[in-house]
Amino acid sequence: MHTIKHQKARSLYPTFDRKAPGADVSHYCPGCGHGTVHNLIAEAIDDLGIQDRTIFCSPVGCSVFAYYYFDVGNIQCAHGRAPAVASAIRRTHEEAIVISYQGDGDLAGIGMSQIVHAANRGENITVFFINNAIYGMTGGQMAPTTILGQNTVTTPAGRLAANEGFPVGVAEIINSLQAPVFVERVSLAGPVKVMKARMAIRKALRNQVEKKGFSLVEILSPCPVNWKMTAVESRRWLENNLEPVFPVGNLRDLPKGPFDQVDKKKARISDRKILEILGVGEEEVHTGTVRLKEEQNFKIAGFGGQGVLSTGILLANCAIAEGLKTTWLPSYGAEMRGGTANASINISHETIGSPIVSFPNALMVMNLPSLDAFEDTVRPGGAIYVNSSLAPRKVRREDVTAYHIPASDIANDLGGIQCASVILLTVYALVSGAITIETLQKVIPLAIKRKNLVDLNMRAIEVGIAWHRENCPKEEKTTEV
Amino acid sequence: MGTEESNYSQINPKRCKGCAACVVACPHGCIEIGSEINQMGYQFARFAVRKCIACGMCFYSCPEFGAITVFKKPRKGA
Ligand SMILES: Cc1ncc(C[n+]2csc(CCOP(=O)(O)OP(=O)(O)O)c2C)c(N)n1
Ligand code: SF4
Ligand code: SF4
Ligand code: SF4
Repeated sequence: MHTIKHQKARSLYPTFDRKAPGADVSHYCPGCGHGTVHNLIAEAIDDLGIQDRTIFCSPVGCSVFAYYYFDVGNIQCAHGRAPAVASAIRRTHEEAIVISYQGDGDLAGIGMSQIVHAANRGENITVFFINNAIYGMTGGQMAPTTILGQNTVTTPAGRLAANEGFPVGVAEIINSLQAPVFVERVSLAGPVKVMKARMAIRKALRNQVEKKGFSLVEILSPCPVNWKMTAVESRRWLENNLEPVFPVGNLRDLPKGPFDQVDKKKARISDRKILEILGVGEEEVHTGTVRLKEEQNFKIAGFGGQGVLSTGILLANCAIAEGLKTTWLPSYGAEMRGGTANASINISHETIGSPIVSFPNALMVMNLPSLDAFEDTVRPGGAIYVNSSLAPRKVRREDVTAYHIPASDIANDLGGIQCASVILLTVYALVSGAITIETLQKVIPLAIKRKNLVDLNMRAIEVGIAWHRENCPKEEKTTEV
Repeated sequence: MGTEESNYSQINPKRCKGCAACVVACPHGCIEIGSEINQMGYQFARFAVRKCIACGMCFYSCPEFGAITVFKKPRKGA
C-alpha cells in the first residue's frame, strides 16, 4: 500500500463555495504566489495544532477572499488595517493565534503606519507580508516595493527614483525597531527557496504560540499576470530582479522579546485605575436591587445643549450602578450647540445585542421637533415623557402613556434651565422602576463636577418626585395627564 | 501509470491551472504539461516519469489547493 506523503492541509476547506457550490480551485491567477503561501500557512496551522484558535486577518488586495479558503476564524480588514485589528484581537483573546496577511499595497502603502506601530508595540502576532512589487487586484499599479525601472500601469516608462522614490524595504524597516523578535525575508523563486519560506512561516507562527512576540515574514512572491509573463518566467524574473533589491535571509531571530508577554499584560492599566486617575468613580455605587418589568429601550431627543447626551449617560450609569446591562449610543449633528441630538439607551438583565433603539418603549422629548420626529416610533403600550414647556402640543397617540411636564419652566424657577432633563428623568425612574431614586441621587454627584450644579440637580430630583406624587395616580398605568 | 512499485505524485486535473510551477520544481523531471484541456480551459500537468523520490517539491511549489498529492511507495516487505 502506498502511503500519502504530502496532501492538502486540513485547515483549508474541502470546497470553496464562493463561485459555485463544490468548487475546489482558488480565485487566484495561474501561478500566483498567494496560493503557495496559503498552502504553507495552512500546513503550519495543522502541524502546530492551532486550527481551532487561529484568527486570520485578511487584507484588501487579491487575497481579500482568504476567508473562503482557511477553515479558521476569519476577519476581513479595512485596507492596511489588519495589524490594528490583529492587535485588538491579541489584547482581548489571550489564547488566539492571530495572523495578519497583507500585500505590499496594503501593508507598505496605505497601511504603513499600522504595521510599524503594531511591530513597535511588539504585539504577539504573526505577519505574512506578500511582496509582489505591484498592486495585483487593481490591475498592476506601482507599489511602494516596485523596483527601479519596473514597468507598471502607473510607471509606464519604469519606476524612477527621482519621481517615485526608491523601493521600500519592509523587512529592514521592521528590523530597525526594538520590539520585534523575528524578521525574515524569503522568496518563492524556486523549490528550495519555497522550502526556506516554509521554515520561516512555521517559525513565525511557533513564536506566537510560545508567546515570544512580534514576527514578520516578507515573502517575495510572483504576480505573473501583472508582470505580464508566464508563471515560470515570473519565478526567474523574481530571482534575477527582485532578490538583488530585496535580499533574502533572516534579519532577526531572538530567543525572547524585550518584554515578556506576561509583563505586557501586567503593564495594562485596569478600568478601575483609569477611573481613579480621571477622578471619577472613587465611590462605587452598586445597589443591584432593581428587577425590570421589561427591557428598557429608551430614547431621549432634543436640541444640542439641552443635556440630551449627558442625561443619557447619567441613565446608563445609574443602570450600571443597579447591576444591569446597558448601552448608550449618541447621535448628533456636526454642530455642538443648537443642532438636534438624541441618545439611545438600552437597559436589560441580559446581554444586549445591539445598541440601536429604533422603536423605543420609553421616549423622552425635550422639544417639539423631537416629539414630531419620534412620537410614531414608540411601541404600543410605551411611554412618552414630554417637556411641555418647549413641546406645547399633546401627544396624539392613544396607545401610549403620555406625561406632559413643564420641565424647562420648573427648572428655570429652580435656578437653572439645565436641570430640566433630570426632572423628566426622575419621573421616568418613578414610573418605569428601571432605576431607583436612591441610585440617581448617588450617581449624580459622581457624574457632575460643579458643586452648585449638583445641588441644582438634587433639587430637580425632589421637584420631579413631587410632580409625580401630584400628577400620577398610585397605579401609574392608568395615567393620561 | 504503473506506479505500484514507485513513489508518485498524483495531479488532480480538475484543480490544476497548468502553470508549470511543479514541472520546473521537480528535481527528477517527473511532471510535464499534457495536451488535454480541463473544464477551466487549462492544459493541465500530469505525472509522467517514474523517478519520483516523494520529496514534495512539486507539492510545495503548487499554488493551487490539493492539486497535487504525493504518495510514497510501500516499504519493502510491508
Ligand atoms: C481604502 C481603499 N483604497 C483603495 C482601494 C483599492 N485597492 C484595492 S486592492 C489595492 C492594492 C492591493 O495591492 P497589494 O496590497 O499589493 O495586494 P495584491 O492585490 O497585489 O495581492 C487597492 C489600492 C481599496 N479597496 N480601499
Ligand atoms: S493579479 Fe497577481 S497577485 Fe493577484 S491573483 Fe493574479 S497573479 Fe496573484
Ligand atoms: S515529489 Fe519530488 S520527485 Fe516526486 S514528482 Fe514531486 S517534485 Fe518530483
Ligand atoms: S503547479 Fe499545480 S497548478 Fe501549476 S501546473 Fe502544477 S499542478 Fe497544475
